[in-house]
Amino acid sequence: MSIWEYANPKKFMQTSGWLLPWVAALSAVALVVGLVWGFFFTPDDYKQGSTVKIIYIHVPSAMMAINIWVMMLVASLIWLIRRHHVSALAAKAAAPIGVTMTLIALFTGAIWGEPMWGTWWAWDPRLTSFLILFLFYLGYVALWEAIDNPDTAADLTGVLCLVGSVFALLSRYAVNFWNQGLHQGASLSLDKEENVADVFYFPLLVCIAGFVGLFVALLLLRTRTEIRLRRLKALEARERMA
Amino acid sequence: MIALVIRDLRLAIRAGGGFGLGLAFFLIVTVLVPFGVGPEGATLAKIAPGILWVGALLACLLSLDRILALDYEDGSLDLLATAPIPLEGVVTMKAAAHWVTTGLPLTLAAPVFGVLLNLPQPGFAWVTLSLAIGTPALSVIGTFGAALTVGLKRGGLLLSLLVLPLYVPTLIFGAEVSRRGAMGMETATPLLLLAGITAAAVALLPFASAAAIRVNLR
Repeated sequence: MSIWEYANPKKFMQTSGWLLPWVAALSAVALVVGLVWGFFFTPDDYKQGSTVKIIYIHVPSAMMAINIWVMMLVASLIWLIRRHHVSALAAKAAAPIGVTMTLIALFTGAIWGEPMWGTWWAWDPRLTSFLILFLFYLGYVALWEAIDNPDTAADLTGVLCLVGSVFALLSRYAVNFWNQGLHQGASLSLDKEENVADVFYFPLLVCIAGFVGLFVALLLLRTRTEIRLRRLKALEARERMA
Repeated sequence: MIALVIRDLRLAIRAGGGFGLGLAFFLIVTVLVPFGVGPEGATLAKIAPGILWVGALLACLLSLDRILALDYEDGSLDLLATAPIPLEGVVTMKAAAHWVTTGLPLTLAAPVFGVLLNLPQPGFAWVTLSLAIGTPALSVIGTFGAALTVGLKRGGLLLSLLVLPLYVPTLIFGAEVSRRGAMGMETATPLLLLAGITAAAVALLPFASAAAIRVNLR
């Protein structure tokens, strides 16, 4: 049993079809539990009042936005090295989810920033690098859309994803250099003494789990759609030949 | 390889190759900015280094699709791809030719346009220096973008969308050098980082560009 078995679309369809409802259900449960727990059963922060509850959407979506890009990078590498079509399609399927997550993080951040910092937007390093990440996602999706031949599209977007990752990382540290920020530093690190208080931490973990589940479910669903689309095109082509 | 650069330079200078187009665009951007923000000298002096950098970047962007598109259309790119010199070398030379026809004139023109924007006295040298160091990176990154979109019918807009986020680090450090220089501050750190970006881009990106061209010629 190796992970490369799932390079076979048939095998992938089988397993993902079985997995999808479970992941979706688990994610729904985690999201409901996490959000209800977070919104109604945690105290207001002594400084931020009830706005602190935006954390339950803001932080998970921001984490997913970054990790989805990493997942696309891995999938692109697998496609470029081993040329498994499912991998390329998974990268393609993940990108719009990443766009959405980035947008959610930016918007909830703006809503949170308005009462706390007195501004919707500041050219803070974290905010800026997220905006840049959003631009990278847009370019990636646009390149997929623009090219007709699926293999060419997969190759070129794969190369773009590799180069883009390097430049996204570079931009991340360049904007640090460029401006000092309003955004707080890391407060969820596993190796630090001082983190967010436990009252907020545990529901947040459940929400993060829910967002991860949501991403996996959407990814499986979208990849299945892409595979079916590919099959449909193959059928149409065969029809035309006959 | 030298012959290739000379060929590209000739093509750019002769027969409406758009040699002066980037420069003219740069001039227009510089002229438009005071209309937008008002003619006060203090405001202009403050934003001048940034405007010069953004203007140069946009002018550079304007000419990117010419790097490979014409060669792709008339088939000479296929010949270059099968030529004995490696394709990585070809794209590097293409980027070099693009820099000589775009980046270099922009760099030389920037101090002149700086006068229009009331650039502070110490800034002239720094703007020129930072553009001289930074524009090669813009050309190389732009060649990568052109290589990605060379097979597309209407790749121009997509090209900008792909390339502009890649320009962010170069722009940040380049404009930072100019800004600090104009204000008389220490500039060594951003200057070194800018040079590092250029060196890394020149060394590594041709491989990605060549890979993209090979895919597009398949």
